[in-house]
Amino acid sequence: MKDASGMGTTTQSRRPGPVTRLGDFLDSRTGWRGLVREALFERVPGGARWRYVWGSTLVFAFMTQLITGLFLWASYSASAQTAWESVWYIQHEMTGGWLLRGIHHFMAHAMVVLFALHLLQVVIDGAYRAPREVNFWMGLVLMMLVLGMALTGYLLPWDQKDYWATRVATNLAGLVPLVGPAVQQLVVGGPDYGHHTLTRFLAIHAGFLPATLVLFLVVHLALFRKHGLHAKQPITRPDGMFWPDQLLKDTVAMLAVMAVVLGVILVPAVRTMLAGGEVDWGHVGAELGAPADPSLPYAAARPEWYFLFLFQFLKVFEGWGASGEFLGAIVVPGLIMAVMFLMPILGNWKLGHRFNVAFTIGLFAGVAVLTGLALDEDYSALWTDKQKHAEATRLFAETEGDETKLLAAVGGDAQRAAAIAKQFPTVEKLRRSEAFLAALKTARADGERAIELAGRPEGIPPGGALELVRGDPLSQGPRLFAQHCGSCHAHVDPASPDAEAVLAASSAANLYGFGTAAWMRGLLDPEQVAGPAYFGNTAHKDGEMVNFVQEDLQDDETWKPADIEAVIVAMAAEAGHGDAATPADRIARGRELVASDERCGSCHRFGDNGTDLGAACDLTGWGSREWLVGIITDPTHERFYGDTNDRMPSYGKAAGSVPLLSDEQIGLVSDWLRGEWY
Amino acid sequence: MNNHRPSPQPAAGDSRRDFLAKAAALVCGGLATLVPVAAGVWAFLDPLRRKGAAATFLPITELSAVPDDGVPRQFAVVSERMDAWTGFAREPIGAVYLCRQKGSQTVEALTATCPHAGCFVELEPGARSFRCPCHNSAFTLAGGIVEPSPSPRPMDALECRVGESGEVAVKWENFYTGIAGKVARP
Repeated sequence: MKDASGMGTTTQSRRPGPVTRLGDFLDSRTGWRGLVREALFERVPGGARWRYVWGSTLVFAFMTQLITGLFLWASYSASAQTAWESVWYIQHEMTGGWLLRGIHHFMAHAMVVLFALHLLQVVIDGAYRAPREVNFWMGLVLMMLVLGMALTGYLLPWDQKDYWATRVATNLAGLVPLVGPAVQQLVVGGPDYGHHTLTRFLAIHAGFLPATLVLFLVVHLALFRKHGLHAKQPITRPDGMFWPDQLLKDTVAMLAVMAVVLGVILVPAVRTMLAGGEVDWGHVGAELGAPADPSLPYAAARPEWYFLFLFQFLKVFEGWGASGEFLGAIVVPGLIMAVMFLMPILGNWKLGHRFNVAFTIGLFAGVAVLTGLALDEDYSALWTDKQKHAEATRLFAETEGDETKLLAAVGGDAQRAAAIAKQFPTVEKLRRSEAFLAALKTARADGERAIELAGRPEGIPPGGALELVRGDPLSQGPRLFAQHCGSCHAHVDPASPDAEAVLAASSAANLYGFGTAAWMRGLLDPEQVAGPAYFGNTAHKDGEMVNFVQEDLQDDETWKPADIEAVIVAMAAEAGHGDAATPADRIARGRELVASDERCGSCHRFGDNGTDLGAACDLTGWGSREWLVGIITDPTHERFYGDTNDRMPSYGKAAGSVPLLSDEQIGLVSDWLRGEWY
Repeated sequence: MNNHRPSPQPAAGDSRRDFLAKAAALVCGGLATLVPVAAGVWAFLDPLRRKGAAATFLPITELSAVPDDGVPRQFAVVSERMDAWTGFAREPIGAVYLCRQKGSQTVEALTATCPHAGCFVELEPGARSFRCPCHNSAFTLAGGIVEPSPSPRPMDALECRVGESGEVAVKWENFYTGIAGKVARP
C-alpha cells in the first residue's frame, strides 16, 4: 500500500496508532502537548534537590483538602441542630467516614507545618528577591488564606471546644478599629452564634477562601514558572529537569506527608489491635466533643495547637488593660505581617537579607516558646512533683497566699516563710493546670456520653443532640446535684476511700444508692442512723426515727432479724430497686410489717393503712421516681416532712414566678439518684 | 462559489470613537457583573441590621435561693430565643453570678461573660475570687480587677431588682469584650 506522499516505502507498521492519532487530533485543536511540555520540561539549575519539595507538598496538601473536603461536604449539614449531628454521623456511622474526616483534619495540621517549612526555605534561600517579590507576597496571602481556612473549618463540627474557642477568636476580630464590630457581626451572621454562623463559616471555609486560594495559587505557580526556580547558590552540580528528577523527589515527599497523616490517624488503632483489643473505628482519627452548648461554659477551651502561641501571647499583656489586648491580638500580629511583606524590599541589601532570616527564625522560635509555655501552663500538673510542693500547697490554701498569715503559720520563721512563699507561683500554676486537666476530663466524658446518646437506636431527635444531652440524667444529674443539693447532701459510695471526709463535710443524708436495700439497711442500723450518712447532721438527729432504730428495733422479741430484713427488701422493692431473687413471701411479709399500725405504720402512712399524714413521711412508693420528684418539689408537703422539714428548700414550688428547679430538672435529678438513664 | 470577501481593516486613528467603545465596554461589563455581586453583598450584609434581644428584665430565681453570705452563686439565665428561623421556647442563654451581703435584701448581679475575650468566668475553689479559665483574668468577688490581669475592665455588673414576692430579676445585656468601656451590644 502506498501512502499519500507517494514515497512508497512507508509500511503499515510505521503508521501512528489510534492513540497517537487521537493525541494528534486533540493537539491540533487544543495545543495540549505544548502545555504539558511547558508544565513538565522545566530546567532545574543545579539539579533536583529535596529542599525544593515544600511548595509541591503544599499544593498536594491543598488538593487533599479539596478532595476530602468535597466528600465531607456531601455529608455535612450546616445548622445549629444538624452540624454536630452530621459530623457525628460521618465519624461514627458512615463507612470510612472516620478516615475521610481524619485525613481532612490532620492534613490541615500538616499544611500549617508545611507552610512554616516552605516559608523558612524561601527566606533562607533568599528566593523572595527581585524579580520574585510579587510571588512572595502572593505566598503570604496564600498563607493567610490557609490560616483562615483552618480557623473557619475548626468551628464546623460545632462541638464545645471549637464553639468556645471560636467565640474568643471572633470577639478578638471585633477589636479591629472602626470595622471590627461590623466584621464580627457579619462573620457570626448576627448578634449571636447560631445557624448563620455555621452557614457563613461553611461558605467562607469551603467557598470564598478556597476559590480565592485557587486564584492566587494559579498566579503563584505561573509566576514561579515565569521566573524559574530560584536555585540554591552556589550552583555546583549540573542542571536537572523538573520531569522526572524534581517531580520524583516531590512525589516521594507527598507520599511521606500522606504517610505521616495516615500514621497519626492509624497508630492508636494499630496499637489497640496489637494489644488484642477491638478497634472502635468511630474513635479513630479526629476527635468529636460534646455538642456546642452556649449555656455550658467550657473551661478547657483552647485553640488548635498552631494558634496556641497567639492564645498565649494575649497573656503576655497582663496588666496592660484594653491596650494590651489590642496590642496582642491586632497590633503585634499586624506588624509582624507588615515586616514579612517588606522582606523582599529589605532583602535587596545584604544586611536586610540577614535581618529577614534572623527575623523569621526569631519568629518561629518565639512561636515555639509561646506554644511551649501555653502547653506547660495547661499540662504541668502531669509532670510536676506534687509531693515536693505539698507543704506549700497546704499553706497556700490556709493562708490564701497572705504573707503575714504565712509568717504566723510557720511560727514566725521568716526564712522558712520566704522559702515557702517562693513556691507559691508554682503552687498556683499547679492548681490552674489541675483545673484545666479536670475540665478536659469532664469535656472528654461529656463528649463520649453525647456520642453514646446519639447512637441510641431511636436516633437523634429533631431538636438536635443538645436536646439529648440536656435531657440526660447521667450528665445533668451530677451537675444539678452539685449546684442545688451538694451543699448539704453527700453522694458518695460508703466503700470509697474519701467517703469519711465527704460525709464529715456534709450536713444531710448521703443519697448514694438511695432506695436500695443497702441504703435501707444502713438506715435501720443503730450504729449508722444517727451518723453523718443519715440523720446525724440534721435536725432529726434526736428525732423519733433515730430513737425507734436505736431503741425499739433492738428489741429482738418484737423485731426479729428476719423481720427487719423483710422490711428492708420490701422497701427496696417499693423503690423499684428490688432483687428479682428475693422470695415474694418475704417482700409480702415486709409490706405487712410496714403497713401494720403496731410497727412502721404507727407513724408512717403506707398504702391504705389509714395512718394520718403529717407525723412521718408517706412510705407508699418510697424511693420511686414519683416519690423523689414529690419530695424534691416540696418537702414541706404533708406526705413528706410537713412542718418538721429541716432546711430543704421546696425546689419545684415557686413563691414568685421562677421555681428553683424546673419539673424537667427535678426529673433529671430523681432519675440520676435512681440510676436510671440510657 | 466563494462569497467570502476580505473584510476591511479595522478603522484606525479614530481615537475618540475607540475610547468611547472601550469605556462603554467597561461600563457594560461592569454593570452586568455588578448586579449579582451587589445582590450577593446586599444579602450578605443582612446580619448588620439584626439586633440582639432587647435588654429586658428576666426573672432568674428567688431571693431565698441567694444566700446572704457575700459569696456569689452562679445562676442560669433562661429566656425565649430566636436563632434565625428556629424559635426556642425557654433556653439557657447565659449565666449570672448573684451575690447578697449579710442581712441585705438587695442582690448584686455580675454577668459570667469575661470582659476580656468572652469566655465564662469561674468561681475559684474556696470562692475567694473569680478567674477566667481562658487567659487567667482574675477578679474579686465584687467583680473588680485583680492585677495582673489581661482583662481591660472589671466584670460587667447587671441591673438587678428584687420583686415584692422575692423574685430576683436581672436586666440581661451583652457587652463588647476587650475594650476599656462597658458598651452594650445592640
